[in-house]
Formats: sequence, C-alpha cells, structure tokens
Amino acid sequence: MFDSSMINLSRLQFAITAMYHFIFVPLTLGLAMLLGIMETVYVMTGKSIWKDMTKYWGMLFGINFAMGVATGITMEFQFGTNWAYYSQYVGDIFGAPLAIEGMMAFFLEATFVGLFFFGWNKLSKLQHLIVTWLLALGSSLSALWILIANGWMQYPVGSHFNFETMRMEVTNFSAVIFNPVAQAKFVHTISAGYVTGSVFVMAISAYFLLRQRNIAFAKRSMTVAASFGLASALSVVVLGDESGYLATHHQHMKVAAIESMWQTEKAPAAFTLVGLPSNTMHKTEFAIKIPYVLGLITTRSIHDQLPGIIDLVQTAKVQIRSGMQAYGALLALRKNPNDKTAKVILDAHSSDLGYGLLLKRYTDDPTNATLQEIDKAAWDTVPQSVASLFWSFRVMVACGFFLIALFGTAFYLSTKRSFITPWFLKIALFSLPIPWLASEMGWYVAEHGRQPWVIEGVLPTFLGTSSLPVSDLWISVTGFILFYTALAIVEASLMIKYIRLGPDGMVKNKTGAAL
Amino acid sequence: MIDYEFLRVVWWLLLGVLLIAFAIMDGFDLGAVALLPFVGKTDLERRVVINTVGPVWEGNQVWFILGGGAIFAAWPYVYAISFSGFYLAMFLVLVTFIIRPVAFKYRSKLEDSRWRHTWDWIMCIAGITTSILLGVAVGNVLQGVPFHFDSDLRVFYTGSFFGLLNPFALLCGLVSLCMLLMHGGFYLSIKASGQVAERAVKLARFFAWLLIVLFALGGVWVSLGDIGYQMTSVVSMVGPSNPMHKQVIALSGAWLNNYALHPWMRLMPVLGFLGAAAAWFLSKKQAKKTAFISSAISLAGVVGTAGVSMFPFLLPSSSNPSESLTVWDASSSQLTLQIMFICAVIFVPMIVAYTTWVFRVLRGPVTQASIEADSKDMY
Repeated sequence: MFDSSMINLSRLQFAITAMYHFIFVPLTLGLAMLLGIMETVYVMTGKSIWKDMTKYWGMLFGINFAMGVATGITMEFQFGTNWAYYSQYVGDIFGAPLAIEGMMAFFLEATFVGLFFFGWNKLSKLQHLIVTWLLALGSSLSALWILIANGWMQYPVGSHFNFETMRMEVTNFSAVIFNPVAQAKFVHTISAGYVTGSVFVMAISAYFLLRQRNIAFAKRSMTVAASFGLASALSVVVLGDESGYLATHHQHMKVAAIESMWQTEKAPAAFTLVGLPSNTMHKTEFAIKIPYVLGLITTRSIHDQLPGIIDLVQTAKVQIRSGMQAYGALLALRKNPNDKTAKVILDAHSSDLGYGLLLKRYTDDPTNATLQEIDKAAWDTVPQSVASLFWSFRVMVACGFFLIALFGTAFYLSTKRSFITPWFLKIALFSLPIPWLASEMGWYVAEHGRQPWVIEGVLPTFLGTSSLPVSDLWISVTGFILFYTALAIVEASLMIKYIRLGPDGMVKNKTGAAL
Repeated sequence: MIDYEFLRVVWWLLLGVLLIAFAIMDGFDLGAVALLPFVGKTDLERRVVINTVGPVWEGNQVWFILGGGAIFAAWPYVYAISFSGFYLAMFLVLVTFIIRPVAFKYRSKLEDSRWRHTWDWIMCIAGITTSILLGVAVGNVLQGVPFHFDSDLRVFYTGSFFGLLNPFALLCGLVSLCMLLMHGGFYLSIKASGQVAERAVKLARFFAWLLIVLFALGGVWVSLGDIGYQMTSVVSMVGPSNPMHKQVIALSGAWLNNYALHPWMRLMPVLGFLGAAAAWFLSKKQAKKTAFISSAISLAGVVGTAGVSMFPFLLPSSSNPSESLTVWDASSSQLTLQIMFICAVIFVPMIVAYTTWVFRVLRGPVTQASIEADSKDMY
C-alpha cells in the first residue's frame, strides 16, 4: 500500500533541504546579535572602527542571509508538496506557528535587512542601530515560532483527535506555545546559533591576526566574540541538558535509543561512554560504562528507573492494541456518527490511535492485525539506526564541551590582552566547522530519534507523505542536490573571496564613498 | 468564541488580501527584474534596475511565504492538495524563488562581465517563469483539478505536470505575466531614472493594453467554455471541515453566477480593467505615482476576480466534483481560525506600518550616479 521508495525519497529530500537550510540559519542568528552589539558600541563611543566592524561582518552576514531566506522558502512549502497527509492531519495546530512566524518575525527581519545595508546614509546613527536590533530580534523570534512548531512534533500537547474531520485539532493554544519541550529547544537552538556566530567571528579574526592584518579590528572582534560566545556556549549545554531531562519524561524511546540502553537497568543507570550498538542483536557491544551517571543526569534522582528499549517495545504492544480499538471505533463512527458506544471507546483510546496507525504499514485493516503484525509494528517504534543516534549525540556533546573550552581560553586571553598567541589562533581558526557539526548532529538526534513518528505517538512518518509518483520525487531530489550544490559552491567561493580581501582590502579597493 | 461562519468568510477575505498583497508587492520586483535585459542595456543601467528592488525584495518575498503559511494554518486541505498536486510546478516555482535572491546578492560581487550577464538572464527568466506559473496555477484552480479522497481522507491527485499546461491555464499564465510586467514597468518609471525609466514606462503601457485584451479573453472563455462548478446540496456553514458531505456538479458558465447573486462582486473585474486603463492614461500625463497605484488596483481586481467568481469554492475537483474544497468544509477548526484572526488583526497593520516607513526612507529614484558613488555597497 505504501511505496517505501517514495517514503524514503521524501524523507531524504526533507533531510537534505532542512540540514542545508540549517547551515545558514545559525550563522544568521548569531551574527545578527553580534552586529547589534558592535553597532551599539559604535553608537555609544562614536569610534569609527566599530562601524567598520559592523559593516564588514554585516557584509558576510548578507551573503549568508540571502541563502538562509532562499532555502527557507523550500521548508515552508515542503510540508504541502511532500507531506500532504501530515499537513492536513495536523495543519490545524502546526500551521499556526508557521503563519505567526511569518507575521511576527520573518516580516520584521526581512523588511529591515534591506535598510541595514542600504540605510547607512539615509538614517541617523540611532535609527540605524534600531534597525539592526529589529533585524536581530526578528531572526530570534523567527526561531522561537519554528521551534514551537517543532516542539509540538516532539511532544504534541494542547490538541485532540476529531473523528469528524479525521485530524488533530487544537484545544489549548497556550499549551502549544508554552510547551516545555519547545521552550527548552528554543533556548538551546538559539544559543547554538549565537555560538556559531561567535566562532565564525573568532575564527576569521584569528585568520587576520595570524597574518598580522587588521590587528585592531580583529582584536576587538575577538573580544566581543569571546565574551558573547562563552555565555552562549554555557547556555547551550545547560539548556541541552534541560532538553534531555524533558525528553526523559516525554520521549522515552528517544532517550533509550540515544543511550543505546536495550535493557532496563537498576536505578541509577550507568552511562555508556562508547560502544557499538546493534539494532539486529538488540545490544551494545564493547560498551565502556560509567556507573550511575546516566540515571543521575536524565532523571535527576537516584531512585527513578529509566526504561530500556526492549521494555518500551513491550509497552508499545499494549498501546498498539489500544490503538486498534480506537481505529475500530473510528470505522464505526464513520458508518454512524451518532454511535454512542463507539464514541466512548474512541475517547478512551484516542491517545493511542497513532499506535494503531503504525499497523497500516502491514495491513489495510488495523482492527484485525495478526500477532505477528503487532510484533513488527511494536519493533518499528525503535529508531532504525540506534548506533547513529548514539554516536551523533556523543559527537554533539563533545563539540559543545570543546567550544566551552575554546571560548574560556579566548576569554582568559582577552582579559590578559594577549590574543596574539599563535597556538591559540590556529586552534580558533580550525575550530570554524565545529559549531556546524554540532548543530547538524543535534538536529539529526532530535529528528531521527523521534522516528518512526513524524508527530510523536500521533502520526507515523510513513503515513504523513503525499501520494506522489516516485519519478516526480527522483526529479526533485536530484534537482535539489544539483541546485543546492551549485549554490553552495558559489556561496562558499564568495565568502572566501571576501574573507581573504578583509576590511583592509575593501578599503583599498573602494571606488567611492566611505565604507 | 467568534462565529464559525464569520471566521471562515474572514479567512477567505484574508486569503484574498494576502494574495493581492503578494501580487502587488512581490509583483513589482518580479516584473521589474523580468524586464531587466530589455530596459537596461549597459551594466550600470542594469544595476539601476536591480538596486530599485535591492533593499525591498526580501520583505516583499515574505508576502509569498506568509501566503503559504496562512493557507497552511487556515486552509490545510487547500495547502496539502494544491502543493502536492502541482508538485513539479511547485518545484520549479521554488527554484525560481530561490535563485532570484541569490542572483541579486551575487551578481555585482564580481567584476567579470560573463558572470554578470549570466545572472541577469537567470533573474529575467526566473521572473518570467514564476509569473507564468502562478497564473497557470490559478487557471487550473478555476477549471478544477483531478483529486479524490480515500476513507481516511488521504488525498490522491491524478493529474500530471503537462496536464497543468492546458490552453486556458496558459492564457491565465499570460494574464499573470502581462500584469506583473506592467506593474514592474510602472514601478521602474518611478524608482529608476533616465533611459531605463523611459524604456520601462513604454513597455508598461504596452503590457497594460495586452492585459486588458487577455483578461477580457479570459472572461469570454469562462462564460462560454466548459468551466465552472455549482453546489447542488445544502452544506452547513458551521459544520466540521470534511469535504465529503455535499453534492457538486460541473456546470459551464457557473463562475458567472455570483455576479448576479452578489452585484458588488462586479467591482473586481471592473477594477481589473479600469486600473490598467487608468495606469496607461496617467502615465501618459506623467503622473507616475498614481499610474503605479492604478496598476496595483488593477492587480487587486484581476486576482480578486478569480476569487469572487469561485466563491464559495476554493479548489474544485474535476474528477470528483462533490469532493471539492469550499470555504465551508476545508478550513481549520474554529479555535485556530480565531487565534489566527486575532494575530492577523494585530500584526498585519504593524507590517503595513513599518513597510511604509521603510519605503519612505528609501524614497527617491536610484540613479547611475548614486550607484557609482557607492559601488561596493550596492547590488
């Protein structure tokens, strides 16, 4: 019934376009704030070097921003093009934050970005500063609404299933907005963006200092990046921990998979530092464990037990049976919307309806699923690649701690006024890719860790797709890969050109008015 | 809670407002850039064109994105079915919408003339393609597209990409193209200068006339051709959003019935024609700004005509007319519509206010001298 190559291609396309989009987003978030800080110092002190900094980093910001906006359009439209059933099944809730993001945040950001570049001679100093801050505010608010939407996918609160419209509908919108998962994710993600901006400024400043160019410019830039980056990096880790803690309560399977904990352990559970998890053998080989640590971090107690994957699969079986009843009641209500008994059954089991829908992969009629089908569907609740989750999570965390150390060192050196320490500058320069690596790994953990669900416990991913011919998907996937690769080459070469040129090169080359 | 049928009508109106705002705001930059190789002969002239839209295209483009978001939030069925049904066309639109900004940003970053020429043509072709495709989409919506639901309300679209490119839809594509080229031309007559502005205004007048002719032809086709749908059963205006509970038939000429039923709707086509004619006339009188405003009114009239002709239909199904999407059975829940309505009431006026302020700050034409003076900072 469901064409698996169509589903896999849809997922691949979403993953490619989303991860590509997120190359540009964190840099936009971080650089916008740094521009605001730099320009504030300019307005307060009147020293023109701070204006030069705002303009130079602003130009690099602009090259990146255009790509962020452009690739964001794909994201906004892709739910409809490739995830049509998802869109109509949860559009009542999920569409709202996206539309509000457009109205409240994206408009602000996109309208003022033009003035940021073209308004230097048309606005007073203070007006321009306000424009810059509105730009930064817009980009951060944008992240807020997107993460409210994403948070709902992880932990679908404030909504119920309506059998008359065959979809999820909102019951409590403030629960959707103040979803604890969304709030923790927002601060975690936005801090990660600030870290990315700071590493970017620091790495390029290090490049100038290593070449003994733009020394006054680079030192100041580095001071700003080091202090802002340190605060942000600490916030990433603290809020990341909060995200993990919340996931412990709402997404048991994700946590168990990240930790590759197959069996439920006696509390507090041990933390597996490294190992080789295997989805087929249901165990983690060559595991090196640290006693107690996992239980303490995730449950913040010494008594609470953390369920393992195998036990969670057993729980899923119970939920699937309950979901089968819900689906049966739904069929009865379709025949007779006034069927009172069916309504009572549906109300009692509707929170497990999604588990019943998992069976649709194996049978058109979930109400009569065989034991074998139930067993298969229950094992489907385990993400397909536990090992990749285990490792991406560890890479992300390692990057986070590395960056704290990096910013800590930078901050220390800045108080000593001795940035020009070659070993440090080299490390700072080569750390440039680290925040991107961490962000992409983080999103992979968040999204693959939720599989097989597109909405946790509510809608299986394979049901969410559009009904498209596979040939169309091949065209679009290939098209996106070629198109995005070409853009990446153009973008990267321009970025490199302007970084090499530097603020000094730009002043030399200028043909007209002040930079 | 606010009345459900009121909210549904309001969201139908707001959808119209957003699409019209998109046509007017993003329309002028699509049109201006589509005219690029024809109004700008030298590199400097082309930079004038690009810099007239340079500082504002990002904000304009958000109308498109917000349009998508609002359809998603208020009319999830419409969003799901039209976007997935028009899959390859949507993919093309996305490519053109992605490549244009990139072209603006990157074109003048290198001196090489081949580099710049390539980007110029990319911008022009992207602008033309988008303008036509958006019109083609509306043309198909007017004719109805082939889709049906299964019992779980999963939608199946049975048309193809080349099926979208039928004669009536292509006519609508040309209407859309003329409309945006006219609008872009009048915009350039205000914001550009010298020869560029002169060439642009001539082209704009030509496309204003062509628009009037093609729009009239479209009207004739809708009244005589095999186009239109009519509801034949009673549908609850406050019922659950499930498009399976009504009867609809295909009926030639049915799209004109609303004009007899609600005479005020005639205003829309009238504005479409009059706006274009007035823009032509006013530009002859050198009243550039009022000409541009008239052109905007014409756009509102043309887009509005498509909307009011179909009311209460949003997306008719040509293969299973009774499963068509209408204002009464394809919306979000009452609560969602209400929340979104409140947000729109708060934020849309704010958007209009600060957008106006930005345009005020940027007022005045872009000249070749201003670009030469600030070569590094300009697009």
